Amino acid sequence: MAEEEKKPKKIVPKKYPMPEQDPKERIHNFNEVPIGQDAQTAIAEAQRCLQCKRGPNRKVCMDGCPVEIDIPRFIKQVQLGNMAEAIKIIRENQNLPAVCGRVCPYENQCEGFCVVGKKNEPVGIGRLERYLADWERREQKHGKIDVPPPTGKKVAVVGGGPAGLTVAGDLAKLGHKVTVFEALQYCGGVLIYGIPEFRLPKEIVRAEVDYLSRMGVEIHNDYVIGKLETVDELLKSYDAVFIGTGAGLPDWTNLKGENLNGIMSANEFLTRVNLMKAFKFPEYDTPIRVGDRVVTIGGGNVAMDCARTSLRLGCKESVILYRRSDAELPARREEIHHAKDEGVRFELLAAPLEFIGDEQGNVKQVKAIRMQLGEPDASGRRRPVKIPGSEFIIDAQTVLIAIGQSPNPLVPMTTPDLKTTKEGTIAVDENGRTSKIGVFAGGDIASGAATVILAMGDGKRAAKALHKFIMGERTWPAPEVFEKLSCEM
Amino acid sequence: MFLKSNLERPFPSEKIALHNRNVSRLKYERSNPANNRHHGLVPGPCAEFLARGGKSVQMYEIVKAEKLTPDVIKLEIKAPHIARKAKAGQFIMVTPTEHGERVPLTMADFSPEKGTITIAALEVGKTTRQLGRMKAGDQLFSLVGPLGLPTHLKNYGNVVSIGGGIGLALMYPIVRAFKQSGNHTINIIGAKNEKLLMYEKEIQAISDEFFICTDDGSKGHHGFVSDVLKKLIAENKKIDLVYAVGPIIMMKVIANITKPYNLPTIVSLNPIMVDGTGMCGSCRVIIGGETKFGCVDGPEFDGHKVDFDNLTARNKRYIPEEQNALKRFMEAK
Repeated sequence: MAEEEKKPKKIVPKKYPMPEQDPKERIHNFNEVPIGQDAQTAIAEAQRCLQCKRGPNRKVCMDGCPVEIDIPRFIKQVQLGNMAEAIKIIRENQNLPAVCGRVCPYENQCEGFCVVGKKNEPVGIGRLERYLADWERREQKHGKIDVPPPTGKKVAVVGGGPAGLTVAGDLAKLGHKVTVFEALQYCGGVLIYGIPEFRLPKEIVRAEVDYLSRMGVEIHNDYVIGKLETVDELLKSYDAVFIGTGAGLPDWTNLKGENLNGIMSANEFLTRVNLMKAFKFPEYDTPIRVGDRVVTIGGGNVAMDCARTSLRLGCKESVILYRRSDAELPARREEIHHAKDEGVRFELLAAPLEFIGDEQGNVKQVKAIRMQLGEPDASGRRRPVKIPGSEFIIDAQTVLIAIGQSPNPLVPMTTPDLKTTKEGTIAVDENGRTSKIGVFAGGDIASGAATVILAMGDGKRAAKALHKFIMGERTWPAPEVFEKLSCEM
Repeated sequence: MFLKSNLERPFPSEKIALHNRNVSRLKYERSNPANNRHHGLVPGPCAEFLARGGKSVQMYEIVKAEKLTPDVIKLEIKAPHIARKAKAGQFIMVTPTEHGERVPLTMADFSPEKGTITIAALEVGKTTRQLGRMKAGDQLFSLVGPLGLPTHLKNYGNVVSIGGGIGLALMYPIVRAFKQSGNHTINIIGAKNEKLLMYEKEIQAISDEFFICTDDGSKGHHGFVSDVLKKLIAENKKIDLVYAVGPIIMMKVIANITKPYNLPTIVSLNPIMVDGTGMCGSCRVIIGGETKFGCVDGPEFDGHKVDFDNLTARNKRYIPEEQNALKRFMEAK
């Protein structure tokens, strides 16, 4: 209260609205839903910022940012209309601003800590980041990006997803020679194969990757570490290795009938549509078919992406089946609103029991049961309990399983002395150091399935530690540390 | 006090007007697809990168293209990094063009010395026909490998390898590896007719015993490869391992023949894949009641445990789309 009174500044109570495609229109195309703001709106939005100072007892926006962008400083530059300077400040800590300006859960991070947000809507920090990144992509010239003179150190990054690209960018900025090894034909990991075009246009990811190559990062696509070369082999030619291979292994319900045709993992569905552009079939060769009704099992961001993608592929009804209630949906609120606006039906407090197929082996129905919330479980969320006798049948031509992903086992499997946890993640300390000297890991492979920005935060910390390591500070935790980590989790 | 009144204060009208104007302009600009600059999709600094299809590394050059039969194309591709690591039984994922799909193809050969790998494809759908039209000097958009687990090699004793149709091309490096591991190799190759037989001389050269079958009797035994296997079993031939690669129905028949005799039987499966690295589960197969991924747990499995009917059904998932794509492709050229 006192804070604001000191500043006799009139705060515009709400964020300037972000223009969006009309739901009726957008469910027929794959264009991005939020259209983006223009310079005047960005400046006006920036002027809502109070430029608070960070203090020991005072948390501000920066405290919520996993990659520690100097938010007040860049907003100040936007207020002055100095976009080039503003994006430069973001780029100091953030290698993929156009991506994070779109997919970060700001409401829990920077905007969650915003002082304006205590009484009003917080400053639209995410939108400003997006605006600046888009501005940069439009306005900037071709050519190389200046980096310090080479240090002569070489680093291999395994996996070109958010964590790996962050490490690559941070180390390139310090003058190290970085090579990224990506298994798919395009670099970007989940940004390319997972997040749909209408949330994150793939051209934007490509431009961000291109920015890294202009900084001198070498990118090898189509290169599967664990098959072509092992981590041990990489260590022979590189000073250090970062593993960011993500959580690429889909989880299954293991219910009867799961192998029927028309039942897919969210990964398969999204990979077909996003990476392989099946939504443009037959212009692109990879096929996809959804039928009249699509049932998506799960309630996270991936489930929302599946349900919304299905609508765009022409299904008549897209249904989300989730075993807890609306309040427990793990997806971002913004995504849930988008899905609801577009007409996705939420079948909450319901869980599948069995998948029923026809004579040709195609799925035709899902047998499900109603649930109610019981006692809280270990995670603190109320455990869903089946209501006896409440079974029901729902017709479906496509069923998408979006109940989570597990760490990709390929690299741990082919690196014998890399300690892993029971969940299959690589055991790391707080700096991303693994049980193998010179090998760092971060992102979903170390944390289990999480978000893009958390993976980038991991990458950031690992890059700092990695830099120190290759520059000669070769301290490493004792093996017992990892022994303990691999048992604990 | 101040805050409360501030909250009640209406949004400054001039700002709303400005904002509305901006929104309507943005909407107008977006309605014209040529003018999507607010979308950030103009190939600005990344034009060159995008021209390469967003690829940072070179493409993969075909050094030799040859028809093995009128419907089978053999391509030798420059890929030293893959050739260096490839082992018998592994496969690669190939995407012929930027708009292409990723298809798994088992390697028919690989040479670390020459730095090349060889793939053979039966031209059935659009992608394989597209490969069929490629010539030496052409570039493939994407090539990933070696993927899957290699054939488990050891000296089993007497190994009967059976190949049918396109399986013959895939069988060759495996037979060679069995031979190198000191096995006595008994090889049965089959095709519809003499013209469709492939790798006949190559396989014969590394066979200790060699049988040819054709469905129409134009060469060798008149009948199926399974007939020869039955005969060998009936003659009480000592068999330590049976390896079968070819059409699903052939592998199923072989597995059914060997099961009553408990003859260890390995089959090489060809489910539909998307990424080929264990990420999507498109290739899931049922092995002994358990779901496995063809790409990372296979492609070779215990033939007695494979649910062949499920595999057959799953491989028919996209037939209408496949036919549509093929029709368009054939009409276009």
